[in-house]
Amino acid sequence: TVKRVIDYNVKPRVKADGTGVDLANVKMSMNPFDEIAVEEALRLREKGAVSEVVVVSVGPAKATETLRTALAMGADRAILVSTDDEVEPLAVAKIVKAIADEEQPGLIITGKQAIDDDSNQTGQMIAALLGRGQGTFANQITVEGDAVTVKREIDGGLETVSLPLPAVITADLRLNEPRYASLPNIMKAKSKPLATKTPADYGVDTAPRLKTLKVSEPPVRSAGIKVADVDALVAKLKELGVA
Amino acid sequence: MTKVLVWVEHDGSAVKDATLSAVTAAAQLGEVVALVAGSNVAGVAAAAAQIAGVTKVLVADDAAYAHALAENVAPLIAGLLVDHDAFVAPATTTGKNVAPRVAALIDVAQVSDILSVEGPRTFTRPIYAGNAIATVESTDAKLVITVRGTAFAKADATGGSAAVETVAAGADSGLSSWVGSEIAKLERPELTSAKIIVSGGRALKDADTFAATITPLADKLGAAIGASRAAVDAGYVPNDYQVGQTGKIVAPEIYVAVGIS
Repeated sequence: TVKRVIDYNVKPRVKADGTGVDLANVKMSMNPFDEIAVEEALRLREKGAVSEVVVVSVGPAKATETLRTALAMGADRAILVSTDDEVEPLAVAKIVKAIADEEQPGLIITGKQAIDDDSNQTGQMIAALLGRGQGTFANQITVEGDAVTVKREIDGGLETVSLPLPAVITADLRLNEPRYASLPNIMKAKSKPLATKTPADYGVDTAPRLKTLKVSEPPVRSAGIKVADVDALVAKLKELGVA
Repeated sequence: MTKVLVWVEHDGSAVKDATLSAVTAAAQLGEVVALVAGSNVAGVAAAAAQIAGVTKVLVADDAAYAHALAENVAPLIAGLLVDHDAFVAPATTTGKNVAPRVAALIDVAQVSDILSVEGPRTFTRPIYAGNAIATVESTDAKLVITVRGTAFAKADATGGSAAVETVAAGADSGLSSWVGSEIAKLERPELTSAKIIVSGGRALKDADTFAATITPLADKLGAAIGASRAAVDAGYVPNDYQVGQTGKIVAPEIYVAVGIS
């Protein structure tokens, strides 16, 4: 699954009326963790462990561009679940569950989190709804027979788990280095199949459970100073009583 | 009275600091019940009972709960939420792995990584990598929350005297099994709880220069060592040193950034 988000190089600006972040005329891209997820699926197909790669996005009509990017990277076909509402992770997970019931994928790969809402929930929720094992924050994936071994990034280091297939995996940053789509592949991607559906087709209610009351700027820090040398730095820190 | 179930993060023998911040956040919502799940965790349960503000400790001691596999602990928690109004976990890799699975099982939206409790169902949380702060209100019957550790003071690890109660374990789900762990050896303070952090970036050139530049200063200050993504990707240090949106969130008293753009 892939998500269209604000480009990670763009510094988001909070709207003056506190209703959200200003996304008008801002560059949008595929969520970086989703690029890694797509890349991993393609690599598994290249190794022969996977027969077909289907990319799914839930979002506005413009998310078609994000899906075309995934197709240009090498995915076989795409499904856009079109809605202009903001969809929370739980509803996305329900839609993906419904698609998985139809498509019966052996592996579902998502990014570990989207860089706009920073929720880090969708993959885990998909696994819960499907009653499957989850390999979150994956740093390495090995498919062997009817199981997948996932090396996971955890707070103290790394952990390895084994999951019977089908399973759900969320990609961490160091899983791989995503490829660029070449111009011929971008052209080819235009003729690959892309089905458009709606949440209602899957019987999923996307009404938000969390009400956003307000979005504000983080507290602004007061300006700092530049010191001339190390002695001045240490003296200043001592003066402030922090070292 | 709202009953709040708090996930106790532990390593099999000791309660981790992240739990103490979660207890503080949970205490702002209601009565705090601590859940200790694991294998041979009587010691952890005794320690959890000492935490100030904890009124009861539930212990689920079973081999299936070793390593906190989400597939096994999430159904346990979902079951306990029949009698509790909220589930609160620290936003550690364990909490982030388990809590959304719990939320989906009981069909509620999760509130991730909260910075403050504004009301019984209202919280603030960072979005867009901390470039904006959203105030959100849950409309669900039950709450599932993860707590940013650096945003809440740690509850006192002693002074409490909660009763310890055993809860029945569920069956192993068979959906995942633990194979092994590689835990980085740390001889200095843990990054997320350190008072001083010395962090290095790409400009340190290589692992040797990183070690030669950052380590002595960190030793002198009794500081933890952090790193930027560039330094981790270049192999100067292991990835659990990474500070930032995809690494660890820190809020020390002093943060020294060396060679970080």
